[in-house]
Parts: sequence; structure tokens; C-alpha cells
Amino acid sequence: MHLMYFTEQPMSAYPKEEGDRYGYTALLFPNKFFDAAEGSRLYNERLEEYKLVEEVGYDGIMLNEHHTAPFCMQAKINICAAILGAITKRVKIVLLGNPLPIADNPVRLAEELAMIDMISKGRLVSGFVRGGGVESLQANANPAFNRERFEEAHDLIVKTWTTPGPWRWEGNHYQLRVVNPWALPLQKPHPRIWIPGVSSRETIVWAAQHRYPYIALNLPIEESKNVWKIYDQTARESGYEPGPAERGYLIRCHVAETEEKAIRNAREFMWMQGEFTGLTHPVWAAPSGYLGPWARRAMAELRAGYTHVRGANASLERQMQNLTLIAGTPKTVIEKLRIIMEETRPSILALYGNDGRINHEDSKTCIRLTGQEVLPALREIGKSLGLESPFDLNTPVSLAYSGAQAQKPAAGAAAAN
Amino acid sequence: MSFTESFVDVVGGKVQLLKGGSGSPVVVFHHDIGNPGWLPYYMALAENHTVYVPSHPGYGKSERPEWARNVRDIACIYQRLLKDLGLSTTAVVGLGFGGWIAAEMATMCHHEFSHLVLVNAMGIQPTRGEIIDQFLISTLDYVKAGFADQAKFAELYKERPDVDQLVQWEINREMTTRIAWKPYMFNQAMPHLIKAVTVPTLVVWGKNNRVVPRSCGERYQQLMPKAKLEVLEGNHYLEVEKHHELAQLTKSFIAGK
Repeated sequence: MHLMYFTEQPMSAYPKEEGDRYGYTALLFPNKFFDAAEGSRLYNERLEEYKLVEEVGYDGIMLNEHHTAPFCMQAKINICAAILGAITKRVKIVLLGNPLPIADNPVRLAEELAMIDMISKGRLVSGFVRGGGVESLQANANPAFNRERFEEAHDLIVKTWTTPGPWRWEGNHYQLRVVNPWALPLQKPHPRIWIPGVSSRETIVWAAQHRYPYIALNLPIEESKNVWKIYDQTARESGYEPGPAERGYLIRCHVAETEEKAIRNAREFMWMQGEFTGLTHPVWAAPSGYLGPWARRAMAELRAGYTHVRGANASLERQMQNLTLIAGTPKTVIEKLRIIMEETRPSILALYGNDGRINHEDSKTCIRLTGQEVLPALREIGKSLGLESPFDLNTPVSLAYSGAQAQKPAAGAAAAN
Repeated sequence: MSFTESFVDVVGGKVQLLKGGSGSPVVVFHHDIGNPGWLPYYMALAENHTVYVPSHPGYGKSERPEWARNVRDIACIYQRLLKDLGLSTTAVVGLGFGGWIAAEMATMCHHEFSHLVLVNAMGIQPTRGEIIDQFLISTLDYVKAGFADQAKFAELYKERPDVDQLVQWEINREMTTRIAWKPYMFNQAMPHLIKAVTVPTLVVWGKNNRVVPRSCGERYQQLMPKAKLEVLEGNHYLEVEKHHELAQLTKSFIAGK
């Protein structure tokens, strides 16, 4: 098992009533409600918590990036990742991920990621995402070319990492006169690439075609199973047998000393409803052209207000019932996670521990209890179910590097250590 | 009055073309929301002219040119369409976004136009105000924003437009995204290039246009050597809400009155 800690790093100090008044908390929600003094406190509390995450035995820290919204303060995950590279020693730094289409120079991303990999001595997992619609709008990156830009930026970054320069890139969306960065990743052939998603079929297929592990973000069990059906079928068509090493899962999971306290804190997940969960703006979340033609009719009806997002604003109780949100003492949490692990068989499990206004002390308690009591049990369950992670199996970084060219990520890291 | 619908191959893609009436040619370029049909405005023009209303490539039933990246690409396709239709000299009317396409065409090859009518035309950066950003609001709200009288909207599109209509708007909006995302709804070269366009030009503006500020119309009028500006009571979709007045203005202008 690879067990990671995650939080959205919310700007939880904004006035909730203002969000309610506007009816949305992204893009046009005025940043006059951002409090930099509180922001400074929150960033530093998160860094303290990440150090504790390593201490109590997690394998990785997962980071993600959003823009122009209080539900996530990570406007540039590479900055946080670089800090983690220096202040932690052992955990993997798992970026899920850099939003490629909003980057105008992917080679610069490749350089930043290479720096993080070297500073962390080979602990980077470099996930990539398309970014939400709000990211397209705030960066003014054309949503109609989002997927094309995602794929081209990915190809360019991997080539930058693996093909000695100088060379020229004259692509459809990116043109670079000279690609020859003097910063290359420590891990060879390149850092692992994992792809998170919320069940968009094209992304699952693309990930499977590359043999990149897909991290299903907080889906109900049945939807996760559908994801794996698509992934596994594509994998077999691509010539390899998929398994738990290709499967990741993120679940909101808050742990406290008592059931009551855990559930009280878990309500904060509801309060800080983000782009994908609650206050989704139907126009901004998926601008025209962002999704394929398959989504056109449904999105047209949604944007016109004829329909509403399925499952939006589901109650805490409902979410706890369908196991998309888990809260409790270590004992109860383990049993619920066991069901998810048995049903969907991921070897990469991200526990989204804290959100909203859950305070620093309770966040640390959650991390400590999870590390001390939950993670050992999950490792046992994982073992009994044969859930071996990409690191356990030293799998190749991608289909392109399967077979004779299989990577040896530990070699570079060991040399640096 | 009847019209015909046909599909013509232009630069590798099919373009939907509506045609009606008889007389000297008038080509009308529609808004970014697409052409809702054979409108009373077209009928009025068709009393004196052969009226051509193509659906822009990527809009309506016209095929999407996947390669197109900007409005000038569409203008280039239309230059070829006019040649293929044998319209060596024609009057051109551009409505809103279609006005931008018409202006681009005029900067490329203005000797082909006998008259140019720009109605609430986009394509030039406003000096006061901003062109309403459709990408921040729903298409339904965007379309409604251009109507002074919401009853006129309902008359044309129904109070609650059909889902098929929503889907068509979505297809059109996707194409607008592909070619007009940034800078939004104008070409920075337009103020420079349009100065050289000597075609007699009528700029028509809705007095209370909420979609494109009047400063765009004033810029076109001031920069173009043979342009005059007429202001009508109304909003953005003058060809729907003020079709009679706009048709009279258009026909008189083309007739040289």
C-alpha cells in the first residue's frame, strides 16, 4: 500500500455568510474577503502538519492546486512541494497535480519539477491534471483546447525530461525555439506520473493507455468500479494486465478521539464545499468546449438551469452512508475503509483528513491517530488483499518504459542520499 | 416569402446557405448565437435583393473547421464562398459578431463590397465600456441580455427554449470559444486596418445596446473614411426587435438614398 495524506488547504478564514450571499465561492467571489494575515497562519500550520504526517508514518503527502477560490490555497503546488522537499526526509511528494493546459510554457514546469525531484532526493510523483473550468477562465486558457493542450504539454514535459537537448518544439499549441533546461529530474527515466480524476472517460482511457495509475477522487464505490472497468479494458487493449498498482483512491476521512467529535468536525467538509462538490457554478465549472460532445446536451440543460448537479448538496449523513465521507474513531474508520479496499482494490490510498475550519490541534490529532492506529491496520488489510503499490512492485513509470527499459527509481535516490 | 437551403463546399467544409428574393445581392452574416431562421428582416431585404445568409463555419448546420483559430480564418473562408457564388460585387450586412467577420473581410478585399452595413458590430476594442463576456454567463442569459423586450425573445425562442435550441447554441458557442476566446471579441489590428477601407459603410447601433458598447460603433464610424452612424432605439438584436426600421435603413443605404 501507498498511504498518503491530503487536505485542500482551504482559506477557511473567509466569511461564510458572504459565500452564501453570492451563491458561489469561486472566480468572481471578491478577493477582498481574503485575509493575508490568516493566510500566513494557515500556510504555516499546514507545513507543521505535513511534518507530523511524515513522523507518524504516512508514505506520501498529496498536494493539489486551484485558483481564484477559497477552498484551496495552493495557487502553485510546486512552491509547496519544493518546501516539502526540504523539510521532509522520507515521504513521497505527490502532486495531483499540475494543471497543464493553463501553463503557457510547459518546459518551465518541467524545470520546476526537476528541481523539486532533486531537492527532495528523488521523492517526487508528478501528477498532471486538466484543471477545472475556473482554472481555464482565470488563466484565460482556451477551454476548447484544454485536452489538446493537456496532452501536448505532457508529451513536451516527458520529452524534456528524457531527451537530451538542445532541440526545438513546434507543436500545435506550444512552440519553443530551444528546449535545453539545466535542471533534470533525479529519478530516471523520469518521476512517476499519476493521473487523478472524477471519472471523465477520456482521462481514464488516456491514463490507462500510458499505464499511469489513475487516482479516483472520492467517488462512490459503484462509480469507482465503473472507472476500473474502463481502465482495465483499455489496459488490456494496450497490452498489459492492470492491477491494484494502477489503482488509486482519495477518500475524505476524518479521525478523532470520539465519534461525536469526528462527526462534528466532518461537517466542515460540507461547509467548505469546493468546485467539485457543492457550490459548482454550471457555466464556470465546465465552459463550452471543455468537455467532449458527449456532454453537450447535459451541460446545456444544466447551464440553462433545466437540471441540477446530481448529488450536489447531499447531506453529511447521506455521504457517510454511501462511504464517500468517513468520520469516526480509528476503530470505526478502519472498518469502513476495509469495505472500500475490498470492493475497489486500490494500492494507492489518499486520506483527505481535514478541511474547512477544522482547527490546527484537531487536524494534528486526526493525523496522529490515523498514523498510529489506522495506517498499520490498512497495511495489514492491503497485504491480505494483495494490494501492492507501484513502489512495492517497482513498476515501470509508463507503458513506454515497460519491459527492458523498466526504471530503477531507487538507484538515483540512493545515490543522492 | 420563400427561401431555399443548400450546402456548399468551401475550403474543405460544408457551409449551410439560406437564399431568397431577387435583385442585387446582399449577404448577411449572423450573430455568434447563430441564425435562428429566415427572419422578417431577411424577408424585407429580399423584396429588393437576392439575400444570402450563410451559417458561419462551425455554426448552425455548417461543418466545423477544426483548424480555425481566429475570426480572420472565417473571413478567409467567406472570401472564397463569395467567389464561388459568383458575387464579384455585393452588399454585405454584418450583425454583431457577423459584423466583425464582415469588417475583417473588408480589410482583406474591400473592392468586392459595394456597401457595408455594420449592425452592433464586434471586432474593435471599445474605448468606453466592455463587450459583455458570454463565457462568464449562461448562453440563455447572454441571448436575453441582447433583447430590450423579453417578450420578443420568447416569441422567437419560446419562454423556455427547447433543449435542441440550447444544444445548437452550445455548438455555436464552442466555435466562438475556439476562434474568439482571446482577446475577447476584438482584433487589435482592426483600428489600423479598417482605416483603409473606403467602401461606403453604414454603422447602425442600438441606443441601449447591452452587449456591445456604442463606443465600438463610434470607433468604426470615426476610423472609416466613408462611414456614417445611425442609432436606433433598441438593444443588440435590432434585426429581430427593429426589423422594419433596420430593413428600411439598409435598403435605403444600398439604394444610395
